[in-house]
Amino acid sequence: MKEYITKIGSGDLAVDDTLLTKGVETTAGSKILSGFVPLFSAEAVERAVKAGYTVSGKTNVGEFGLDLVGEFSNYNDGDEVLRGAAAELIAKGEVKGALEVDLNGAPRRAATLSGTDFIKPTYGTVSRYGIIPCACSGEQVGAAAANAAETKKLLAAVAGHDGKDGTSLPAEAYDYSCGKEPAGMKAGIITQLFELASEETKAVIKGYAEKLKALGVSVEEVSVEEIAAAQSAWQILMAAETCNNVSRYDGVKFGYRTPNYKNIDELYIGSRTEGMNLLTKTTVLYGSDVLSKGRYFTCYDKALKVRRVVAERFGELFKTYDLLLAPACGKTEYKKYDITRAFETVYGESVFTAVPNLIGIPAMVTKGVQLMAGHFEEKTLFKIAESAEGTDK
Amino acid sequence: MKYEIVIGLETHVELNTRSKIFCACGGHSSHGEPNDCVCPACCGMPGMLPVTNKRVVELAVMAGLMLNCEINRYTTFDKKSYYYPDLPCAYQVTQWFHPICTNGLVEVQTKNGTAKIGIKQIHMEEDAGKLVHDDWSDTTLVDFNRTSVPLIEIVSRPDFRSAEEVLAYLEKLKAMFRFANISECEEGAMRCDVNISIRPEGSTELGVRTEIKNMSSLSSIERAIKYETARHMDAIERQTEVLVQETRRWDDIKGKTFSMRNKETAADYRYFPDPNIMPIVIDDEWLEKIKADMPASPEEKAAEYRALGVSDKEIELLISKRNLCDLFDELLMKGCNVQDIVSWILTECAGVLRKKGQVLDELSIPAEKLARIIAMTASNEVTRGAGRKILVAVLDDDVDPDKFCEENNLAAQGDESLINDVVKKVIEENPGAVNDYLGGKTKAFQALFGGCMKQLRGNGDPAIIRAQLENELAKLS
Ligand SMILES: [Zn+2]
Repeated sequence: MKEYITKIGSGDLAVDDTLLTKGVETTAGSKILSGFVPLFSAEAVERAVKAGYTVSGKTNVGEFGLDLVGEFSNYNDGDEVLRGAAAELIAKGEVKGALEVDLNGAPRRAATLSGTDFIKPTYGTVSRYGIIPCACSGEQVGAAAANAAETKKLLAAVAGHDGKDGTSLPAEAYDYSCGKEPAGMKAGIITQLFELASEETKAVIKGYAEKLKALGVSVEEVSVEEIAAAQSAWQILMAAETCNNVSRYDGVKFGYRTPNYKNIDELYIGSRTEGMNLLTKTTVLYGSDVLSKGRYFTCYDKALKVRRVVAERFGELFKTYDLLLAPACGKTEYKKYDITRAFETVYGESVFTAVPNLIGIPAMVTKGVQLMAGHFEEKTLFKIAESAEGTDK
Repeated sequence: MKYEIVIGLETHVELNTRSKIFCACGGHSSHGEPNDCVCPACCGMPGMLPVTNKRVVELAVMAGLMLNCEINRYTTFDKKSYYYPDLPCAYQVTQWFHPICTNGLVEVQTKNGTAKIGIKQIHMEEDAGKLVHDDWSDTTLVDFNRTSVPLIEIVSRPDFRSAEEVLAYLEKLKAMFRFANISECEEGAMRCDVNISIRPEGSTELGVRTEIKNMSSLSSIERAIKYETARHMDAIERQTEVLVQETRRWDDIKGKTFSMRNKETAADYRYFPDPNIMPIVIDDEWLEKIKADMPASPEEKAAEYRALGVSDKEIELLISKRNLCDLFDELLMKGCNVQDIVSWILTECAGVLRKKGQVLDELSIPAEKLARIIAMTASNEVTRGAGRKILVAVLDDDVDPDKFCEENNLAAQGDESLINDVVKKVIEENPGAVNDYLGGKTKAFQALFGGCMKQLRGNGDPAIIRAQLENELAKLS
C-alpha cells in the first residue's frame, strides 16, 4: 500500500498531487504521469511557502482529481470507508492546512466526510499556474484546514493576481476579514439538493440552520429548478476539457511508458491503456463525444448557454440571499465501490457540487455543510463559518 | 467546352515577434540547434498556462487593415484537437469561432489585368513543431523550436482563376508584410494550402475540389497548380480517373501530386473555446494606436518618391524593404538632396555591401552618419572617393565620419597653388591627351582630370581642379 502522503520533510502543509511541486514527483494520482518530476512549483504552493508554510508532503488524489474523494488512488486499498487524504491528515492534526484542487467537488466531499473545512474560492482569485489541468474553466486551488480561521489564513496567503495565468483577476490580494456580522442576513437552503440527501445529512443541515438562526440569520428553503441543468452542463464542460487536456499523455515525452510495444502505435495505445483508469477513460470518451461535429451545438455549446443561464439565476438569488446552504454530498459515509460504476457514481454525486465549479462562485464546506455565496463573497462565508463555530463553545 | 480553374488559398504567415505567441521563448523559427528554444509551456508539460502576446494581435490587425478587412473588436482563441507527434499538447490553439479579421479584399495585377481577391478571414494561431527523419539511424526526431511560433492564416475566397493570379497575390502579400515588418516572409515562413477545382466556364457550381497542402516555394506552387489543373482536365475530358475530394501532397522532385491517406481530412478537430485565454477586446483606443504605428503601404511610398523625382527602377529597389525607406525618409529630413540620397543608398551602400557578400536588404547604417558623408561630399569637403572610404569605415566599424576623415587625411585638397602645380605638370606629361582635347575630343578632358586627381591622391577639390584645368588648357588653344 502506497502511503497517502509522500513525505517531503516535516512541515505543516499538505499539497495535493494535482499541484506541481518542483523536484518532487507529481502524478495527479495517475500512473500515466508516474516519474514526472516538475521543473517548477504551482504558484499557490510558492505563495504558501512565502507566507511561512512548510510543505510536509504530497497527498494522493483520485486520478486527475476526477473521482469522489480519492478512492481510486492507492490510499484506500483495503480500506472500507472512503476518505480524502488531505482532509484526513488535517482531521488527525498531522498538518495545519492543505492546498487542494477542486474540479468536481472532491475536496468539498472529503471535508464533509472528515469534518474539516475547505473553501473553493471565486474563479480567477487563485492562480491556476501549476495545476495539472483537467477542467480549466472551473477548477480552482482551494484551502483546507481544521477551522474557518486557519482556512481563511491559508486562502489569503495564496490568493491574488498572477501574470502567469491569463484568467487571473487583477486584484493583488483579498481581504477576507471584513465580512459583515451575520445578524440580519438571509440564508436559503436549496430545496432540490436538500431533498436528495440522506436523513443523517438532512439533520446536519437542519442543525446548522438552527445555529444560523441563533446568530440572527433568517433561514428559509428556496427552490432552484436550474440545479439539474447545472449538473449536466458542468459534466459536459468538465469531460470535454479533461479529454482535451489529458490527450497529451502518450508515453513518449514523460510519465509512464508501457514496456510492451513493438511499434509507435503499440507504445501509445499500451501506455494509455495501462496508464489511465476506467473513470478517466470514460470521461475522455464522453468528452470527445460532446465535442464531436454532430454534437457540439446540442451538447457543448448548449452547456455554455446553460452556464450563462445558471450564472444569471444565481446572480438574482444573491440579491435576495446572502448565502445558500446545501449538502456537499448526499451521504455521511461512502463505502468502496466497483470502478465500473465510477462514472455514474461520480456524476450522481456531482449534483451537489457542480454549480460553484460551473459559474465560479465561492463554496465552503464547514461542519458538514456547504455554504455558497456570490462572487468575491468569501469574506461572508468565513464570517458565517467563524460565527457558527463560536456557538459551539 | 471551355473550362475555368477555381482556386482558393490558405496562407500561413509566420509573424515577426520577439517571443512566441503564448510563452516567453524567442519567436523566430530559424534557430540553430533543435529544441534550443523551448520551455515547459511550448513543449506541452502540464501546469503551464498560455499568456497571449499582445504584439501578435497588433500584427494581425495590421495585416487585416492592409487587406481591407473588417477588424472584429471581440475575438477569441479556440482549441483544435488532433493527435500528431509534432503537436506537444495534442491540440493547437487557433481561432475558429471569432477570428480577428473578416471580409477583406485585395487587388492583384497580372498581364491579363486586375483581379479582385476576396479575403474570407484572417485568424491567429500557433505553429506546430517539426519532425525530422534521420535516415542514418532510421528514427524520427521531434524539434519543438517552432511550436507556438505565432502565425496568421489568411483564408481567401475561391477567387483565383489562374496560377499567375496566385503568384501575383503571394508576391503582393510578401512585399506588404516585409515592408510593414509583419513578417520576414523568408523561405518557409510563408506556407500555402491550395484548394483547386475545375468547372465549365460560366458555371456557378464548384467542381470536385482537391487541396494541396503545405507548400512554401512560389515555383512549386505554380508547378503544382499547373499539374493539378492538367490532372483535373484529363479526368473531366478523357475520364482518366474519377476525381474525389481529398488532400494531396506535392512532390517537388517527381513533379506530381500524391493523395495523402485520408486520415487527416476525415479528422474531427473538436473545436471549442480555449478556457485559459480570455476573449480579446480591441477598443477604439487600441485600434487607433495600431493604425498610428502602421507604416505607409509600399504603394503610398512609391507615389511619394515618384513625386520627388525618383525613377521607377530606383523606387522598386527602395520599397523592397522598409528599412531602406526609413533611411531615405530620415536623410530627406536631414536636408540631403534626393538624387544624392538615391545614389548613396542604391549605388554606394549597395556596392560596399556587395563586396562584403551582402545584399542591400541587410543595410544597417545610422542615418546621421550617412547624412554627414553626403553633406561632406556635396560641399566638396571630401571627394566622392574619399566619401566612399569613409562609408566603408562606417559600415565596417561604425566610426565617426569627421574623425575618420581627419585621422586619415581625407579632407579635399583645396590649396590653389599646389593644385596649379599639379595641373601644369599633368598637362606637360600628357601631350597626347592635350592635343586630343584641343582637337575637339572633349573626352580627353576626363583623362587629364583623372590624372590630376591621381597626383593629389584622390583628395583634390574637384571644382578647383576643373576650373584650373580649363583655365590652363584655354591658354594653350
Ligand atoms: Zn516556450
